[in-house]
Amino acid sequence: MSDLGAALRERLRALTFELGGPGTRERLEKLTPPRNEYGVDPYGFDVDFAIAAIAPFLWFYRKYFRVQVHGIERVPAEGRVLLVPNHSGQLPFDAAMLAISTLVEMDPPRFVRALVEKWVPRLPFVSSFYARLGQVVGTPENCRRLLAAEEAILVFPEGVRGLNKPFRQRYQLQDFGLGFMRLALEAEAPIVPVGIVGAEEQAPALVDLKFLARLLAIPAMPITPTPLALPLPTRYHIHFGEPMRFTGSADDEDAVLEEKVGEVKRAVQKLLDEGVRERKHVFW
Amino acid sequence: MPAPDHAAEAVTFPGMPRLVGITGISGNLGKALARLLHTEAHIVGIDRRPFREKPKDLPHYQVDIRKRKLGEVFRRHRIEALIHLGIMHDPRVPFSEAHSFNILGTQKLLELCVQHGVKKVVVLSSANVYGPLPDNSNFLTEETPLMAADRYSDVRDLIEVDMYAQSFLWKHPDIETVVLRPVHIVGPTVRNAPSNYLRLERPITVLGFDPMVQLIHMDDVCRAMVLALKPGVRGVYNVTGPGEIPLSTVLKELGRKPVRVPHFLVRGLLRRAFEARLTSFPPEEVDHLQFLCAVDGSRAARDLGYAPRHSLRETIRSVLPN
Repeated sequence: MSDLGAALRERLRALTFELGGPGTRERLEKLTPPRNEYGVDPYGFDVDFAIAAIAPFLWFYRKYFRVQVHGIERVPAEGRVLLVPNHSGQLPFDAAMLAISTLVEMDPPRFVRALVEKWVPRLPFVSSFYARLGQVVGTPENCRRLLAAEEAILVFPEGVRGLNKPFRQRYQLQDFGLGFMRLALEAEAPIVPVGIVGAEEQAPALVDLKFLARLLAIPAMPITPTPLALPLPTRYHIHFGEPMRFTGSADDEDAVLEEKVGEVKRAVQKLLDEGVRERKHVFW
Repeated sequence: MPAPDHAAEAVTFPGMPRLVGITGISGNLGKALARLLHTEAHIVGIDRRPFREKPKDLPHYQVDIRKRKLGEVFRRHRIEALIHLGIMHDPRVPFSEAHSFNILGTQKLLELCVQHGVKKVVVLSSANVYGPLPDNSNFLTEETPLMAADRYSDVRDLIEVDMYAQSFLWKHPDIETVVLRPVHIVGPTVRNAPSNYLRLERPITVLGFDPMVQLIHMDDVCRAMVLALKPGVRGVYNVTGPGEIPLSTVLKELGRKPVRVPHFLVRGLLRRAFEARLTSFPPEEVDHLQFLCAVDGSRAARDLGYAPRHSLRETIRSVLPN
């Protein structure tokens, strides 16, 4: 993946700067993760590659989903933080759009690492592509290490339960896992709840053929009216909430943690409800 | 472009043991270790192979570590510290022979250390014991379970030796036992699977996979082993080189032209090629071309005061002929 032709890479970089609008180049050049002599950080994040590779996603961001952000100033400019949004849309465009929003709308840009599902490293191309973009497998150990290094992390506590839910459950949050709360407590990291409006309608799944999914050993087999690769051009609104701080022991019983997780879940739900109410239309 | 001779810089510290026994001294790593340590301590060599070009003042015993004769080495010399590198990895040696040599040999050796009051035992294991698994964290700490045998049963030996050394560590609090788990060792004279792989003009890679890899120069491993002799140091330590880098970048640096094989074909193809002796690359090692097996070396940096001296580029290029 990293041997993307130099010319193509240069063109994509130019496209990124163009789509990002004036000042994008200067802003993105402020991204200086620790790099070795070969231009990658210890997790495999390659900034130069990433700036080129995000061009198509930035096109989706600007032209296709026409993303609008609300309250991005609530994302701390530095220091450890967990971003906790809803997850939907069959394909994780919501993660990509959110990650891009902190790159192009914040100054200096904030690079956010998404914790990806444990089966992602088994996928050819996807695994290496994600790694060069700095995404890491969502093990508690990785999360701990990144928070200790004062990084921003993107966690979807709904996981594939949210991503692959059917259309009738749009804007209804699925069960939240507890792991992210344990890690936030342990690292004393703030949590920024995020409501992503629009992604929930981008690929309406009518049914989920669970038996077929099991047969193919994939997490879900949603059937949508659009070809899966291309979601509908819904308009995205990304709403950032106030950072939430929790105190307590990471080793508390599940019931105690569930209460705290419930608070985050309600905050996300509130952002979603308000976002849906405020928007004029699904598509514009 | 000759690399600066880092190996020449001796490692020393107060409390350096006066007499150090080294098993597996006739191998390339053993020789490098002997060269490094020779100026600082007396050395006794133990290996069933002869030790060619051995310094005159270095007594060498050509014995099998499973045999009774090994006791004589300990009776004749007051060995204060033992560095055990004599673990066989050769995929061409019958498994049962290697297994017996590694497990029984290590056990015998450590028993003799107890009997003869050896103060320090350093066992060279490997970061491979964790295994390249798809859901590995990016940096494995020493507490990570040793799961390598999950997919690749031939590393069972190495895991058993490592575990045995760990239980020895707890059973004998009076002996300072150190288990070192270095990442892939490379170097001009190293002939292990990763070095041989990097010497291939057209190495096989897995299409669409490009894991981060960690390499360490043999000189740096030797320095870590000497530092492990420091009084007070005991425990299990990962030993890392100068950093992490995508496999594709390593191959590009070496000017290789990889043959990219889809993941669903690569194991079968390599298995056939290996059985037909067309390649020396063990098919089980494919996991290393596909998944992460990178470790966190910060504990060794802190307790041993170890830091690699060779840069990333020097380390990668060390497999090339001069």
